[in-house]
Amino acid sequence: MLTKRLIACLNVVNGKVTDAAQDNILASAEILAHKMYEEHIDELIFCDITEQTRSVDIETVKKVARWIFIPLTVGGSIKSLSDMYKVLEAGAEKISVDLAAVRNPEIIREGAKAFGSQSIVLSTQVKRSEKMPSGYEVCISKTAIGKDAAEWLKYGQDLGAGEICLNSLDRDGTFSGYDIELMKLADAAVSVPIIASGGAGKPEHLSELFRQTESQGAIISSMLFSPRIEKNYSVRELKKFLSDNEIRVRPVK
Amino acid sequence: MIRVIDYKAGNAASVLNAVRYLGFAADFARCADDIESATHIILPGTGSAAATMESLGEMGIIPVLDEVVLGNQVFFLGICVGMQILFEHSEEGNTTCLGWLKGRVVKFDSQKVRVPKMGWSKVVLNSSAEEYFYFVNSYYALPGDSADLYGVANYNGEFAAAVRRGNIFGTQFHAEKSGEAGLSLLRNFFERGML
Repeated sequence: MLTKRLIACLNVVNGKVTDAAQDNILASAEILAHKMYEEHIDELIFCDITEQTRSVDIETVKKVARWIFIPLTVGGSIKSLSDMYKVLEAGAEKISVDLAAVRNPEIIREGAKAFGSQSIVLSTQVKRSEKMPSGYEVCISKTAIGKDAAEWLKYGQDLGAGEICLNSLDRDGTFSGYDIELMKLADAAVSVPIIASGGAGKPEHLSELFRQTESQGAIISSMLFSPRIEKNYSVRELKKFLSDNEIRVRPVK
Repeated sequence: MIRVIDYKAGNAASVLNAVRYLGFAADFARCADDIESATHIILPGTGSAAATMESLGEMGIIPVLDEVVLGNQVFFLGICVGMQILFEHSEEGNTTCLGWLKGRVVKFDSQKVRVPKMGWSKVVLNSSAEEYFYFVNSYYALPGDSADLYGVANYNGEFAAAVRRGNIFGTQFHAEKSGEAGLSLLRNFFERGML
């Protein structure tokens, strides 16, 4: 069967990785990506957050892709089919769309048609909201936009998204654990694989997520390298913890 | 020279990057001449079976592939969709494929498992080696001749993770994105003609 995936998301500004709060430069994207690869991370997401208006930093994507032989997703500033083509050509397997999909959902359909559903990841930020039927509302830059989260994920899947990366803004940066209720909601809403994001702070949060939900992957960047968290963990430590708890992961050699 | 077939919607660049990283002389194949001079041919795959067959048709390289792979027994490796189109037929877009191997390609049951299958899975190869490789697929092959089966993985039951018939190899997983395990499999293919 599939193993659970541990995924690092690199928030990149001008070729450098920053922490989630964007107030610390951590390392060059190329160097940190390679370090993560050597530590047996299962997958990497490169999120270019330099400026929303700018086009994708293809040169940095190429540098990152050159030395890593694991799946690479690129997101952040994808706005068109031509951006998608460029990042795939630069060595990425998957393209993540967030803001661009909200503005123009057709980009999901077009991307899936051109490159296959497996290459299109719908990335979504959500917050709890009593106004929404599912209890969660889609956000852009932390501002709720009046879309129900479950409806949006279903719509994204119908348009052709092959994977969902779901971030809880309520948990993001709190290190208090993933929003299990949200991930269960997503399990029921869609049949494509789900990556959980937001809230990881200690290894137990991963076992809780993988035991209680069908999430196949988890974003663990803060646990790995955020300077704001009490303790950073290595991929090896996290995988050992999961194996000891009978959760299947790709073994570290 | 090793040639990686570069067609629309494939991930030829990633495959070529991995092959060159291993130190082999390799380049893209974009026309019949490139194929004729190849020592090993790799057909990468990320898109659909129909799109892949259409691209190969547009490039006009199917006859020369038949000639060098079936006739001259040049080593050939199809990856993911590149493996699926080795068979006679794919359910994906009801596509007639190369037919080098007997059998057909069908879809995973999304009522039972999440589709696409995406992630790392243990593969047991015929050599009895066990390794973890990265898969991204909604469809899988049902080889018509069980002798062609070269490795299995499990997703709602066992399925063909790798196939081999003489000089023709296929992996359903992405060797170029499977870390050290994938790189060493590629090295074996080039150096020893096995996976």
